[in-house]
Amino acid sequence: MLKEFFNQETAPHATNVLVGKLGEVLVRAVGKPLDYAINWGRIWSLWPVHLETACCSVEFGAASSPRYDVERFGIIEAFGSLRQCDLIVVMGTITRKMAPRLRMVYDQMPDPKYVIAMGACAITGGLYFDSYNVLPGIDGVLPVDIYVPGCPPRPETLIQGCMLLQEKIKRMKGA
Amino acid sequence: MTTPLPPGIQLEKVDDRIMTLNVGPQHPGSGHMRLIIKVDGDYIVSCDPDPGYVHRGEEKMAEYRNYIQNIPHLERPVIHDSSNILYPYCLAVEELLGIEVPERAKYIRVIAAELNRCIYTLYWLAIYGIFLGHSTMFMWPAGDRELFIDLLEAMSGARVTHAYLVPGGVRNDLPANFEERCLRQVDYFEKRLKEYQAIFYKNPILISRTEGTGILSRTDAIRLGTTGSVLRASGVNYDIRKKEPYDVYENMDFETVVMKEGDSYARSYIPYLEMFESCRIIRDAIRKMPKSGSVRTKLKPNPKGGNDEVYKRVESGRGELGYYIVSNNRPEPYRVKISVGSFRNLICMPYLLKGELLGNMPSVYWGLNYWPVEADR
Amino acid sequence: MSSENEKDEQPSDTVAAHSEDTESLSKDEAKKFYEEKGIDFSPDSPIHPKPIPPFEKSISDKIASKFNSKINVDYVRESRIRVSTKKEDILDVAFFIRDELGYDHAVSVSGVDYPDSKEIEVVYHLGSYTDEKLASQVLTLATRVPREEIPNPGKDSSRMTSLREVFYSVEFHERECFEMFGVYFEGHPDNRRLLLPEDWADIPPFRKDFKIKGR
Repeated sequence: MLKEFFNQETAPHATNVLVGKLGEVLVRAVGKPLDYAINWGRIWSLWPVHLETACCSVEFGAASSPRYDVERFGIIEAFGSLRQCDLIVVMGTITRKMAPRLRMVYDQMPDPKYVIAMGACAITGGLYFDSYNVLPGIDGVLPVDIYVPGCPPRPETLIQGCMLLQEKIKRMKGA
Repeated sequence: MTTPLPPGIQLEKVDDRIMTLNVGPQHPGSGHMRLIIKVDGDYIVSCDPDPGYVHRGEEKMAEYRNYIQNIPHLERPVIHDSSNILYPYCLAVEELLGIEVPERAKYIRVIAAELNRCIYTLYWLAIYGIFLGHSTMFMWPAGDRELFIDLLEAMSGARVTHAYLVPGGVRNDLPANFEERCLRQVDYFEKRLKEYQAIFYKNPILISRTEGTGILSRTDAIRLGTTGSVLRASGVNYDIRKKEPYDVYENMDFETVVMKEGDSYARSYIPYLEMFESCRIIRDAIRKMPKSGSVRTKLKPNPKGGNDEVYKRVESGRGELGYYIVSNNRPEPYRVKISVGSFRNLICMPYLLKGELLGNMPSVYWGLNYWPVEADR
Repeated sequence: MSSENEKDEQPSDTVAAHSEDTESLSKDEAKKFYEEKGIDFSPDSPIHPKPIPPFEKSISDKIASKFNSKINVDYVRESRIRVSTKKEDILDVAFFIRDELGYDHAVSVSGVDYPDSKEIEVVYHLGSYTDEKLASQVLTLATRVPREEIPNPGKDSSRMTSLREVFYSVEFHERECFEMFGVYFEGHPDNRRLLLPEDWADIPPFRKDFKIKGR
């Protein structure tokens, strides 16, 4: 009897429907505010990994300088362990030697994690489209959330990219 | 019970005292560079640098583009020192094609190169500060750097990748009131630099972390073929701007900064003192510059170099930077070799880190004025 | 440049050659068109030879008198001397340059691939920090090693003696040259890979027969 009840295929149909309905009601009641609260926390404490892969890192450094001060938008300065980070800004060219390491860094980060591809090299290979050692964009390695174009992008562009990411996170499911 | 290993892979003998650490390619300092360090307790036993994470094949790409198309991608290795990395390329191409540069353009080039040297050094200093956990030293130079960037943006139109120096002169003339703006900025900056000394170079924590670490003697500096501030910190008076003056550097009034200590502190202090000299050069160049005239010799379309070769070098922020160009009557160069200071200073790394405390690694590493993107090319 | 296989064609950039490119314009029109734009059609490289500087000449004479036929002085220009030698003699020449002339470090080591003459040229740029008079000089020491059609780096005949025991500073430069051109340096303690990825299985990339994609 009990065995039959737990067996999903032969269980009474009505039980399943009831459980499903209850879950829906719960999600409607708690889910939205909970999502909002969780996302609010995530948006304002995005912590990028310090992964300088090429020359765009100069402009990333300039973005945390006093004039641009990306920290006021909730992007914490990139000096910390990657196991505490949730944002990876790929600053420029990814070479064939770097690509496995990039994936390794990404895999070590805890969920949820977001990816910004910064600069033309990270998007398509850019100026180095015909180089033998450069990947044509990082899409084959990482799932990219936001593309920030430019060679290199100005700090303002990077900040706008970060704000777009925050907009995107707002619309994501929290848990 | 031993399975044969695939070729190229070796098992390493494990020692219970010696531990192997992989510093990089992702680490909280400057990334894209791996140091395989073996430590015994807190002391570094051996260090094996593993560069190449940004090897983009610039030299190969240059063989497929003509002399003008090569400009943008050749400045990418050091975008915060882009005038200085293009300088020897322009000199070399000018010698290959037999182009004369107008007098005014030579002075403008010197101004652009010195402004860019300040931009580079300030960025380097900012990262040096954060390397040693000194956040104020990140904020101050990073903020002052923007003022120099504004000047170069007014000159060239771009924030960091200027491509301002071209074979035959500079791309365009100076904007209106540039001289006044530049002088005002230099005056402000010299005052500001003195404050750096109080907060950073006289800081007891900095002194205790850098003084006496990673000592490179004069003999070794010469034997290892180091260059730039690393060489001058070890007491060798060698600056390309003085020893083999290019363009109008022989008319400029400045001095080479040399220190005898050869430790991390000297290596960090010399770029700082050179910024004062840069300010002097900028002032001098503005005073001596012809007030009007052409700034660019027009090249004919698709110029061809003769059956010749040329080696030209300048002093960049990281030391000697040279281009070896071989041409063979074609619009594209036959071979371009970029000889960069970062790559030459790489050889010091295993040498200096041996026997050093692991905690001193950041100051030694960044004190070598090493920019990995440039070293890998 | 001492390469007999490269064509010694004269620069053909005359007014006529350029006006042929612009088909729609006549010769005079094209000339006028370019003159208005301020473009002149002088030959690419200056024809008048520069005088040979005496100090550089004295250095090259010292090498030439020591090694008579073993070496070939390619050019002597202001602050630049180029000497080429056979790969068997390069160690002796390098020792002489270091001990007698006072050059003490290597600025760079670069390779140049010449597929037509089946040779790879290895070029050492040498400089001096200790000698004040030599500070502006760069001595170029070149040698040629055989080039194989199908390279097998480290195992084929393109190999030469390493100059590491003469100039310690060539260590990383020679490693780079080995992986980029496949020239093996005998006596170098550490001929590992430096810049390329660990799994690089193609031919050395700076050889001329390595074509980059799309070109």
